[in-house]
Amino acid sequence: MLKSKTFVKKTRSGGVMKIVREHYLRDDIWCGSEVCTECKQESTALQRDPCLESNLCSYPHYVIPDTNVVLHQIDVLEDQVIRNVIILQTVLAEVRHRSAPIYKRLKDIVHEKEKNFYTFTNEHHRETFIEREPGESANDRNDRAIRVAAKWYSEHLKKSESDTGPLKVVLLTNDQGNKQKAEESGLLVYKCEEYIKSLIGNPELVDRLALSNDDKNDITSSKVLFPEHLPLSRIQAGLKNGTFLQGTFRASRDNYLEATVFVQGEGEESTEVLIQGLQNLNRSVYQDVVAVQLLPRDQWVAPSSVVLQDEGAAKDDNEEEGEEEKELRVSAAEAARKPTGRVVGIIKRNWRPFCGMLNASIIKGSTRHLFTPADRRIPRIRIETRQADALAGQRIMVAIDGWPKHSRYPNGHFVRSLGSAGDKETEQQVLLLEHDVPHQAFSQAVLSFLPTMPWEITPEVMVNREDLRSLTVCSVDPPGCTDIDDALHCRELDNGNLEVGVHIADVSHFIRPGNAMDKEAANRGTTVYLCGKRIDMVPELLSSNLCSLRSNVERLAFSCIWEINHEAEILKTRFTKSVIKSKASLTYAEAQMRIDDTTQTDDVTKNLRGLNKLAKILKKHRILKGALTLSSIEVRFHIDSETHDPIDLQTKELMETNSMVEEFMLLANISVAQKIFDEFPDCALLRKHPAPPPSNYDILLKAAKSKAVEIHTDSAKALADSLDVARVDGFPYFNTLLRILATRCMMQAVYFCSGMDSDFHHYGLASPIYTHFTSPIRRYADIIVHRLLAVAIAADKTYPDLMDKQKQSALSNNLNYRHKMSQYAQRASVAFHTQLFFKSRGILNEEGFVLFVRKNAIIVLIPKFGLEGTVFFDSKNKVVPKVVFDEEGPSLTVEQHTFHIFDRVMVTISLDASNIQHQKIRMSLIEPVVPGVSVSAPEIEPLAKKPRLDR
Amino acid sequence: MGNVVQRQTRGALRFQLFRKMAGLELLSDQGYRLDGRKATELRKFQARMGVFAQADGSAYLEQGNTKALAVVYGPHEVRGARSRIRHDRAVINCQYSMATFSTAERKRRPHGDRKSTEMSLHLKQTFEAAVMTQLYPRSQIDIYVKILQSDGGNYSVCVNAATLAVIDAGIPMRDYVCACTVGFVDETPLADLCYAEEGGGVSSLALALLPRGGQIALLQMDARLHQDHLEALIEAAMTACKGVSKVLDQVVRQHLQEASVPSAE
Repeated sequence: MLKSKTFVKKTRSGGVMKIVREHYLRDDIWCGSEVCTECKQESTALQRDPCLESNLCSYPHYVIPDTNVVLHQIDVLEDQVIRNVIILQTVLAEVRHRSAPIYKRLKDIVHEKEKNFYTFTNEHHRETFIEREPGESANDRNDRAIRVAAKWYSEHLKKSESDTGPLKVVLLTNDQGNKQKAEESGLLVYKCEEYIKSLIGNPELVDRLALSNDDKNDITSSKVLFPEHLPLSRIQAGLKNGTFLQGTFRASRDNYLEATVFVQGEGEESTEVLIQGLQNLNRSVYQDVVAVQLLPRDQWVAPSSVVLQDEGAAKDDNEEEGEEEKELRVSAAEAARKPTGRVVGIIKRNWRPFCGMLNASIIKGSTRHLFTPADRRIPRIRIETRQADALAGQRIMVAIDGWPKHSRYPNGHFVRSLGSAGDKETEQQVLLLEHDVPHQAFSQAVLSFLPTMPWEITPEVMVNREDLRSLTVCSVDPPGCTDIDDALHCRELDNGNLEVGVHIADVSHFIRPGNAMDKEAANRGTTVYLCGKRIDMVPELLSSNLCSLRSNVERLAFSCIWEINHEAEILKTRFTKSVIKSKASLTYAEAQMRIDDTTQTDDVTKNLRGLNKLAKILKKHRILKGALTLSSIEVRFHIDSETHDPIDLQTKELMETNSMVEEFMLLANISVAQKIFDEFPDCALLRKHPAPPPSNYDILLKAAKSKAVEIHTDSAKALADSLDVARVDGFPYFNTLLRILATRCMMQAVYFCSGMDSDFHHYGLASPIYTHFTSPIRRYADIIVHRLLAVAIAADKTYPDLMDKQKQSALSNNLNYRHKMSQYAQRASVAFHTQLFFKSRGILNEEGFVLFVRKNAIIVLIPKFGLEGTVFFDSKNKVVPKVVFDEEGPSLTVEQHTFHIFDRVMVTISLDASNIQHQKIRMSLIEPVVPGVSVSAPEIEPLAKKPRLDR
Repeated sequence: MGNVVQRQTRGALRFQLFRKMAGLELLSDQGYRLDGRKATELRKFQARMGVFAQADGSAYLEQGNTKALAVVYGPHEVRGARSRIRHDRAVINCQYSMATFSTAERKRRPHGDRKSTEMSLHLKQTFEAAVMTQLYPRSQIDIYVKILQSDGGNYSVCVNAATLAVIDAGIPMRDYVCACTVGFVDETPLADLCYAEEGGGVSSLALALLPRGGQIALLQMDARLHQDHLEALIEAAMTACKGVSKVLDQVVRQHLQEASVPSAE
């Protein structure tokens, strides 16, 4: 069956080493086509009758793309229309080497059955392997290998019988030389553009084509606008001898001609280099890794405070940008000057597809248009499309293909349309994309690791697992929750003590380390909750079914069981994998009702009462130790069940049962953290909350002082205590406001690996050690913690990555990033729904409090909606009133009136829709009346007003 | 000397860098390894017995690109310290060495460095388990093995070559001793690792087997591996060793045929 020939491959690396490798060439690699009778393959990927109608090729055919086609046109290949494609191993290897994200996308496509993609291992095939000839470059060899494989396929398929005549293969390449050589050897070969354009009935595919190199020339004039980028070798030399600096490019949000490059130094020595002017920015795009050269000291400038938007019609490439640039240089005060530099080269592009809208060209029928991204830090992109009319008013995605030196804007191509702007679905997509939240449907590769339904508990599953089905376990969650990951029980033991158990869904039983589902979950990091939508971390079958601890079904759990006495002192802690059968899934309100209703005496209710009693004691203990109770207003939308429009806004109410569940979750997390840290001091995944530096508290202290209240910030406990006693007569909301301010002073809590850090303290919870264990359905960190704990109690086996602190540390960095982004996305979603709400409600007058005072504005919080807004005193088109800012107060005097923190104001809220991409809530002052600034209260229906004032 | 050491580390570093950049894919989705083999396939064997006339037994073996020469002297009287004499059996003396030109970078390899001493010891243990030493009391058997070209699985190739040499010397053994190096990648055991695979972050295991009885003569592993995977890995190693034994058996039979034909004339 196997003939092996020994070949010798020589690789010279650095001119010293000679690596000799064997290479076995096989004759048992099959072609993967259904029509083939020669190959003894078990399964086939390529269809007998590939139907892809094209003007160029009217016969049935398979497609073989070369590496560059895959790299540049992956958007097209992903389309459902493109099927029956042969991916050669040469191509796969080159793609893998050149771009990891595209490689992953390609692999996802190959896994998808309906796409009929087949990977042909041509490099190991006896007839398609070729050796590099003397003088031939590696690229040329690979091109030749692709041609040889294509040739082999066309010969091979000729032999097999088919009803519609012999099948053919079509090679797609954009390389002129390659194409010519392929034609010479009698292959069917087309350029990717030609081929896609020839497809009948799929005109929209054409727009998704990326621009290739030779197309770019005719788009732009020949005048060189930008300095040439240096080659990588010169950049590296420059970085080594210190003439260049490497850093991340961060464009300014407000000024398109200004940016900073963040240069990561050793330890704390990170610096920022200012870049000003189009020439100096030199085609860098936000987040690129660039090399900068510092300008001589006398050319240093200060960052300008001017707001400049790259607006208006497309500028011609040769039009002078001079005026706007001159405007920048005016404000160069000597002292404020910062290190300034210019970009000399790009080390790594970090382009992703951008969301935004099309500015249709003024010329009718033109196919070239400018695209304005939603993110202001991204330059406008020139794209070519024939469907501009259809795309106007739509949110679209565009990918950048390149930025030649004679083009004012980068060139890109249309990827897909997200829907019309302002539409709920569309906006949701936009904010997910802009916050880098992975939200595509799970790939076939991922889904293949799901358990098969109907799923049931088998004896193998019961190994190392305790049977707790008889316990009266119940869960308490917010209403409408389908991913229930925790359940509780409490019962009296014979010795008079209580046994309390927290049962967490055993997600790690279903998600095994290292498989595609695990990798996907690790990448997603967290489930993202938006208003009315949830983006799952794990497929729905797990999140809402098999792992959800619903009532009256048997579910696998990971249990943490304590023996506790009636003073809530923990006597014993034990962890075990288990099977439970929840007796009831309650909402917070239902649970509260059961506890309060003295007539109910069933098991579940008794359970709840016991838990509630213990929770109260636990909470007291915790607060005594100095745990903070901070405040932030969370809002909940009442959403219309049909239109899904928000119809009312309500701040979330907290009940006793909320804190009951929370208390036990904290307890479980702390117990588990201790256990895994004891067992794995080097690689436990923990969560810490660093104490904020004292300077963070300045705002809080000043604000409190203005009301003659003393706040101590020496320790968490001092802070908690002083917050508790901080009250002002006749101002009941003061304490909440103070807590909101205190929340803003805090640091972010982060995941970390215990082997990489020494400070474990959780400041907010006043716990020396903490981790996340209780929500494995929606947080990946919990899955890792589950695995660690399972190994610790010998219920599961370990794997190398789990014990590798570098890998753990890298993972926690990703989790922290995803966590942060999901919060931003969540906030953006709330903001969007708030806008929708105010759009439907029209103009409203509301009472609010001044939360911060800024140089030219006050920030007002409206407790009723938990909404924060800025009232500016120097809007562009109005006469600027006299404004005096006092930093010590802090207070702001506008004309005659002085604003302090906590002042009560009346504002009118309206929706500012002047910029369709950036709609925002606008607030203006009604009370106190400041001439020239405040506006008179607009009329609104009086009926709605009354209950609002009652609050 | 210092220069040599430095160069070696530089080479190693370069290799690591190369690995990190390319991130070698040891087993592709289609199930092929770097050199085109499937997971359970062995490399190509080429062997010759009786390559030297002066020695009592000798063999040359190629397993892929790993090439080894084994020579056996004895049994003869014990040389050197008389305290080494065993009254009930023969002592086995093994010496392992690598040719200066056996690796990608030419390097002087003095006798008695740690690696080769360890390897000698392993070989000694392996053959003490296989050779019927009790037949030759108060005597000594010398086995010298040299790696001429190294491409992974040095220990296994040495054992296989030495087995052929011992058979060539006509010393009775309980069974062929067959050895194979296996590794564990993506939940799949790989048989007969080559150099690129050994260096590619695989936990590798070397196993020497007496195939007929299924007894293990030596098992050596110094990498991290979860114990649950161990059984699967050993199973794969045993299967591979049995494959090796078939090949060796063929070589011996062929050699016997060739050797017996001229003498019959």
